[in-house]
Amino acid sequence: MKERLQQLQQEALEKIEQANDLKALNDVRVAYLGKKGPITEVLRGMGALSPEERPVMGALVNEVREVIQTALEAKQATLEQAEVEKKLAAEAIDVTLPGRPIRRGNHHPLTRVIEEIEDLFIGMGYTIAEGPEVEKDYYNFEALNLPKGHPARDMQDSFYITEEILLRTHTSPVQARTMEKHQGRGPVKIICPGKVYRRDNDDATHSHQFTQIEGLVVDEHIRMSDLKGTLREFARKMFGEDRDIRFRPSFFPFTEPSVEVDVSCFNCGGHGCNVCKGTGWIEILGAGMVHPNVLEMAGFDSKKYTGFAFGMGPERIAMLKYGIDDIRHFYQNDVRFLQQFNRV
Amino acid sequence: MFVSYKWLQEYVDLAGITAKELADRITKSGIEVESVEVLNKGAQGVVIGHVLERGQHPNADKLSKCLVDIGEGEPVQIICGAPNVAKGQKVAVAKVGAVLPGNLKIKRAKLRGEESNGMICSLQELGVESKLVPKEYADGIFVFPSDAPVGVDALELLNLDDEVLELGLTPNRADCLSMIGVAYEVAAILGRSVKLPAVELQENSENVHDYISVRVDAPEDNPLYAGRIVKNVKIGPSPLWMQTRLMAAGIRPHNNVVDITNYILLEYGQPLHAFDYDRLGSKEIVVRRAKAGETIVTLDDVERTLTEEHLVITNGKEPVALAGVMGGANSEVKNDTTTVFIESAYFISPVIRQAVKDHGLRSESSTRFEKGIDPARTKEALDRAAALMAEYAGGEVIGGVVEVNTLQRKDVVVTITLDRINNVLGTTITKEEVAGILTNLQFMFTEDNGTFTITVPSRRRDITIEEDIIEEVARLYGYDNLPATLPVGEAKPGKLTPYQAKRRHVRRYLEDAGLFQAITYSLTNEAKAPMFALETAESIRLALPMSEERSVLRQSLVPHLLEAASYNRARQVENVALYEIGSVYLANGEHELPNEKERLAGVVTGVWHAHLWQGEKKAVDFYVAKGILDGLFALLGLENRVEYKQAKREHLHPGRTADMLLDGKTIGFIGQLHPVVQKQFDLKETYVFELDLEALLKAEVDDIRYTAIPRFPSIARDIALVVDEHVVAGELQKAIIEAGGELLKDVSIFDVYKGDRLPEGKKSIAFSLRYYDPERTLTDEEVTNVHEQVIKAVEQQFGATLRA
Ligand SMILES: [Zn+2]
Repeated sequence: MKERLQQLQQEALEKIEQANDLKALNDVRVAYLGKKGPITEVLRGMGALSPEERPVMGALVNEVREVIQTALEAKQATLEQAEVEKKLAAEAIDVTLPGRPIRRGNHHPLTRVIEEIEDLFIGMGYTIAEGPEVEKDYYNFEALNLPKGHPARDMQDSFYITEEILLRTHTSPVQARTMEKHQGRGPVKIICPGKVYRRDNDDATHSHQFTQIEGLVVDEHIRMSDLKGTLREFARKMFGEDRDIRFRPSFFPFTEPSVEVDVSCFNCGGHGCNVCKGTGWIEILGAGMVHPNVLEMAGFDSKKYTGFAFGMGPERIAMLKYGIDDIRHFYQNDVRFLQQFNRV
Repeated sequence: MFVSYKWLQEYVDLAGITAKELADRITKSGIEVESVEVLNKGAQGVVIGHVLERGQHPNADKLSKCLVDIGEGEPVQIICGAPNVAKGQKVAVAKVGAVLPGNLKIKRAKLRGEESNGMICSLQELGVESKLVPKEYADGIFVFPSDAPVGVDALELLNLDDEVLELGLTPNRADCLSMIGVAYEVAAILGRSVKLPAVELQENSENVHDYISVRVDAPEDNPLYAGRIVKNVKIGPSPLWMQTRLMAAGIRPHNNVVDITNYILLEYGQPLHAFDYDRLGSKEIVVRRAKAGETIVTLDDVERTLTEEHLVITNGKEPVALAGVMGGANSEVKNDTTTVFIESAYFISPVIRQAVKDHGLRSESSTRFEKGIDPARTKEALDRAAALMAEYAGGEVIGGVVEVNTLQRKDVVVTITLDRINNVLGTTITKEEVAGILTNLQFMFTEDNGTFTITVPSRRRDITIEEDIIEEVARLYGYDNLPATLPVGEAKPGKLTPYQAKRRHVRRYLEDAGLFQAITYSLTNEAKAPMFALETAESIRLALPMSEERSVLRQSLVPHLLEAASYNRARQVENVALYEIGSVYLANGEHELPNEKERLAGVVTGVWHAHLWQGEKKAVDFYVAKGILDGLFALLGLENRVEYKQAKREHLHPGRTADMLLDGKTIGFIGQLHPVVQKQFDLKETYVFELDLEALLKAEVDDIRYTAIPRFPSIARDIALVVDEHVVAGELQKAIIEAGGELLKDVSIFDVYKGDRLPEGKKSIAFSLRYYDPERTLTDEEVTNVHEQVIKAVEQQFGATLRA
């Protein structure tokens, strides 16, 4: 009997080992441990044993059952894991196929440049002033020391609507309006971005509509050296920390002294290249100390207050910064152009 | 202004400084030198030759065979094609081995079988612009004065070894429209002195008043008029040095009298005019405003009709010159002229500008009067011109000057302290440095304890106030020496206004939603201007447009966005999604500024989303566009205050257009482009929208307040309602929300059906309703109660039935 049991155990373990799937394993379980299985049969045959032999044999039967049970469980776990692995293997995907695209537009390059400049000056304590694009001759010219008949009016051929109303030729009228609102009391510290218009034929370097950003600071004790320091700060933040600037004397009716401002070339660092036409410098801004007539006309006492003003063209800056060769790109809105400015 | 380097040396010592260096110094100090041109353009080896013989070329009608002495050994044979070559002439000969402009090398050659050892040159061949070559030599070689020494460098004799600086003058620096003015500027920069021309005038014993009288009837236009008479002049060419200087300055030589007036114009900046005295037709000059309709034939042989806004020089009866602009043909100096009346006058800018504008006539003279001349030089220039005419036209100067002078000139005196200069510039310039700069500028001044009292010379009309002096000091002190500081004073933080901040959020939202920002033109044509306008207004037209296409201000952003979409489609970019934020301009009466309103508009067309390998492709439709706007309203906290209403608008699909109302007020529209317009712009199915951005961004919204996150379960109920097909979902939804009261937290539409399984004229809309009470768990009965009220409400209001 003992031999019979050991033989059964041996057989069962072999069959468990051979079972390839959960069903086969279950068949083994039923076959050996089921009510009609050989082990139960052995138990039934125990009646023929002596009372001394019975407990010994009972223990042996239980031991065999346990061994088989343990083997069954172990095999079951193995088979189950194999099944999961098989399923996962079947679920494998091609991770190199493209993802579901996220549609995304972006800023126009001019807005990109303008916002960058705005943020630079906001960081220096400026606020942003805006004003009408269709302006009175008074604010566009007269309040800026350009009375009717002034020769410098030739410098900017303008789109007039009536004799007194025109499309603004610069954003300076916003400065005049802002100063007027301050009623002679400083400080004024603003930048004015916006669209402007001039009677130019559209070509690669001219546009009848373009943008401008001007800045104005009026307070007691504003010095021309403050203008230089401010613009140097701007140039370094905008074009790189090792940039320098230089002033060249110039003429604008609304500032005196007036200067043109060059920034050392960000392409070659000042050695000379095709971007800076070999000079090492790139003209970026016009600037100067606010003309006393402009201060007085806006209600400021020019003996007490001084100020500086500067202006620049986002188109020019964008063209330099991104290497754009034709100003008309900014207004054609070709998606293939616009989408090139879609990243940080 | 073109400045000859060699000529300039006559007034200021330029030793040790090249033309290039000079140009850099001038630019740095405030006047931009736009170019420095070497006149000979690299030419060399050209000498004066003497044409000893001229004969016909045996094999060519148009060629001459010349024997020319070039001062080296035997005379050489040169074949010449110029029609005017003749025996006895002194000419420019490019020797064998010479180089002409354009790197043209002269070699020994055979022309039609005849040997040619060099080339006789025209001025054009030596690099002179055709328009500057004296008319008589325009089609041939240039003939030198007979005393030109054979064998000397012809380029030097023609002053072509000179260099010319082109000054880009700003309107304030009219003082540099003269050689003397430039000399003062250069002297100030270099710290050198100015040498003025010596005027040595010999007058005869006659009295000019016996020849002519002058009356000025318009003294406000002409405060100073002076004249002289020179008799017995012999018209001929002016001296070569004068001709070459004129050419270097961009003026074509003419004859000695005219050349002298131009020379003085360049030297002093004082325009002169020479009349043929005998052709004046009277012995008086009257300066007055023209009579309306009066005419004059000017020197260019054009008859010009005048108005009372023009100033004329008359002989007492009829105009003989358009003052300051151009002389009359009737009194022109001609080859037979013997007596000349020279006019040197000071005309005021506006009257000259008017004439230039009305007649489209701009001359060297008018440019100077327009920009303002220095009347202190008017008479000196006249004297020098007379002296030159005596010297170079053989004339005799009649004694005295006729003159009308009502000029009330006061010296401009500016007082400024050293502190003021340093306070404005942020510098620590010393008293001595300021004094040095003023001295170099040749400004008269006194200094007392740091206060400078400066008498500004009349040539510097641009200097009238303290700031002008500060600028002079700054530019000559050097901006490179200016320190860099930052403004001191109270520092307030900078910040966007709420409007500006929200506008930036709007941009970013739209871009993240898939739209590109466009910027289009504000000017459009008459037809497009009012298209799609949210509010209509009279169109605003430019007085003087450059083209019809850009003649009127837009009233909507949509037309140019459609153009942009069309532009892209024409370039195979079919899927376009653009938005623009910009102004529209609504007329407000002729004398008022228009209402400028900031709008937000967009255009979407083509495929909106495609992920083809997973079988996804979604074309743009109304609801794509609407979804973008819904998100925008949500961004601005306005989603519950904006309502869409079916609408009809011109240029849009009548069944696929909605107006948007914010708090009941129309703020925009959205719709499909009408097929007719779609075709007009050459587009496919396209959706557009435009919104009043100001209304959106200025709407008051509450700040964000936290509300408790749900702690109790909510209960969802779905209903499918069958209604007449004209009932719109928005209305149903509104009624449901109203009837659902407090407990109904969310309503969404999950199905819309129309078709066979419903009676004709009916549709079904399925809603999912979610009930929730933040305080407790709702019971089924409570929800059922409310839900039945909802159903009852839609039954009553819309005749809705529950779909089985
Ligand atoms: Zn460079």
